[in-house]
Amino acid sequence: MAFLTIDHLRFLYGSWQLSVDATLKENSCTAIIGPSGAGKSTLLSLIAGFETPKKGAIYIDGTNITSLPPGKRPVTMLFQDNNLFAHLSLFRNIGLGRDPGLRLSPSDHSSIRQAITEVGLTGLENRLPHAVSGGERQRTALARCLCQNRPVLLLDEPFNSLDPAARQEMLILVNQLRHDQHLTVLIVTHNPAEVAKIADSAIFMCNGNISECGDINELLENPKTPELEHYLRSPNA
Amino acid sequence: MGNGMARGIKQITLKSRVIIFSLWPGILGALSLLLLIGSTLAVLLRGSDALLLINELRNDSYIHRVAIFSIWQAVLSTVLSVGIAIPVARAFARQQDFIFRDLLLKLLGLPVVTPIIVAIFGIIAVYGQSGLVRATLEALGVSWNGNFYGLTGILVTHVFFNLPLAIRMLVPAWERIPSENWRLAGQLGMNTQQIFRWLEWPALTGSIPGVSAIIFLLCFSSFAVVLVLGGGPSATTIEVAIYQALRFQFDPAQAALLAMLQISICTIIVLILHRWIRVQPVYNIFSVSTNYRPDLISQGGRRFDLTLIYLTCSFVMLPLLAVIYYGLTGPILDVLLERTIWAATTRSIIIAIASTIIALLLSIALLTTSRELLVIHKNRGLSDLFYIIGSIVLVVSPIVVGTGLFLLLLPIGINFDAAMLVIILVNAALVLPYIIRTVGPALLDAGLRYDKLCRNLAINRWNRLRLVDWPIIRRPLSFALGLSASLSLGDLGVAALFNSAGAITLPVLVYYQLSAYRFDEAAVTALLLIFICAMLFVIIDKGLQKWHS
Repeated sequence: MAFLTIDHLRFLYGSWQLSVDATLKENSCTAIIGPSGAGKSTLLSLIAGFETPKKGAIYIDGTNITSLPPGKRPVTMLFQDNNLFAHLSLFRNIGLGRDPGLRLSPSDHSSIRQAITEVGLTGLENRLPHAVSGGERQRTALARCLCQNRPVLLLDEPFNSLDPAARQEMLILVNQLRHDQHLTVLIVTHNPAEVAKIADSAIFMCNGNISECGDINELLENPKTPELEHYLRSPNA
Repeated sequence: MGNGMARGIKQITLKSRVIIFSLWPGILGALSLLLLIGSTLAVLLRGSDALLLINELRNDSYIHRVAIFSIWQAVLSTVLSVGIAIPVARAFARQQDFIFRDLLLKLLGLPVVTPIIVAIFGIIAVYGQSGLVRATLEALGVSWNGNFYGLTGILVTHVFFNLPLAIRMLVPAWERIPSENWRLAGQLGMNTQQIFRWLEWPALTGSIPGVSAIIFLLCFSSFAVVLVLGGGPSATTIEVAIYQALRFQFDPAQAALLAMLQISICTIIVLILHRWIRVQPVYNIFSVSTNYRPDLISQGGRRFDLTLIYLTCSFVMLPLLAVIYYGLTGPILDVLLERTIWAATTRSIIIAIASTIIALLLSIALLTTSRELLVIHKNRGLSDLFYIIGSIVLVVSPIVVGTGLFLLLLPIGINFDAAMLVIILVNAALVLPYIIRTVGPALLDAGLRYDKLCRNLAINRWNRLRLVDWPIIRRPLSFALGLSASLSLGDLGVAALFNSAGAITLPVLVYYQLSAYRFDEAAVTALLLIFICAMLFVIIDKGLQKWHS
């Protein structure tokens, strides 16, 4: 049963056009791969509400969310950098996920503590972002996403700046949270082989279109289009 | 061992010689400046007994009043300028798709290049006792009997100059907020107040202290504004009191005493505020890097922003338009046919060009040496010292330096040539911090990026300046030199002190015409002054920008 439906979505940026039609299952993890400029991040921005489509609609659990502002969508997103406010402690950064005015109730406090435990940040919550490692910063951002209680998690190359071991650790954490919290995850990556360990399916984008989609392992092992074949052979992938 | 030690000492000596030789431009520049300031201080110290100074500070109610007013008007001017600038800068930052945004931001740069005396003329014409605003209010049945001269006039004029400066310095704070933070705010459903609290205010707190410190110092050592619009016993700053002591009471001892007081207070202020008066990184306020803001949906908010922008621009532009209007409708031919005006114009242009050339040579000498100390010798302390020496007029203001030189030359008589030389030297010192602060970051950037490459390819001195540094510093340097020339041309500080030697400049002429209530003539002279300032700025700025290596 489709949980996230992207229905004939069109987006124009000058003469460049993005045109996407796709459905994703609930609690799935989908990798979005493709060369630079293919429209991967734009697609996530459209789903999150940071960009407005020219045509088409986005449905989550049957509800049309196309006209909703980002804060009202059942979606949360993690960026590559600057996921945290540098002047706020990790605890307060996470707390923003509960209330953007940081007026936190006792139940908010317990939700935040639970999220901190789940992402393994216990003991670090009073530190400022610059006083923790890159991986811990991304864990904090992930904890905030958990506090928002939104069913769709969008990840825009969030672990690129981490070393391979930390990247691996974060992917395992995302997968665990996906199962525990019943999240539907979309992850943009330039490293499909790494993400294949947690993703069920993949979408290959090229020139603003979905060129291929399906089971991730199938896609990586038997590319049907020359574009995907070329992409998988490139040193970036 | 003895031989090794001797060889070591020889190497150290040789190394020191090489270092000193490579640093000579900056050392020479710094020594020249220190000689100028040092001789001033020596004369002032000789003229003012330390015990007398302490005694006068304790007992003289006039000095108390003057010192308190100097600080009070500077505090009020700073609070008003920065307080109004925050919502206006926010409006400019929010309305990035507003069609006139860049044009209006550029127009807000005009007060910086407008000679103070010209702006004062325009401000009196619009906001003064019988100005346009009061006439309009009276026509609408609103009457105001307050006196424009005194604190009100000083504050209005200081806000006229410093509000645009604060806006232009604060707008880049929004550029420093990462685009992901805006998206995050949208995702978290933050409203306008929450966005201000969590995103904008933290970004602003990095800029507000520096902006406030600079504006406070500018207002504290403001001379021409207080001379024309204040000056009475209840509205006199230390700088104006120095001028009055020398020009009207001819009391050199009192002038020296007040000058020492000015230096002492400025030193204390700079020591307190120095951590905020840093060289700012270069940001382009006209760039649009954030294309998503979650709080732009409301039409009411947009109307509020645009109203703020239009009101601010009207406040700044009306006096300038008044200068143009009254100048064009004044007795143009009568004024232009006077010989004095052309003599004053020639004198002003000579002063502007000569002081800009001296400031250019000094700034390049200080900056290249400061850069070499930081990039090659990794000595930040010494490197900063050259910056500080270049900005010494922040502590020892031009009027104070002028007073020292006035007292120094007094025994041998101040003739025309000596007066011109002093005006040129003091103006060069006056504009030096502007050039250093504008060109310094770019020159340092060129050093940090290309120093190893230059050394690897043996690109030295002249070739390095021509091929590597010049393309990078060309834009900021041409802007800074254009600005310096027009500031020197429009300066009514030290020129007013030395005018009795016959060295009357255009700003002094406008001041005399205004003091003699010859407003029609003052309007034409002011227009001529603003025209020459603009021409000089454009010729230097555009001319140098086109000059490729």
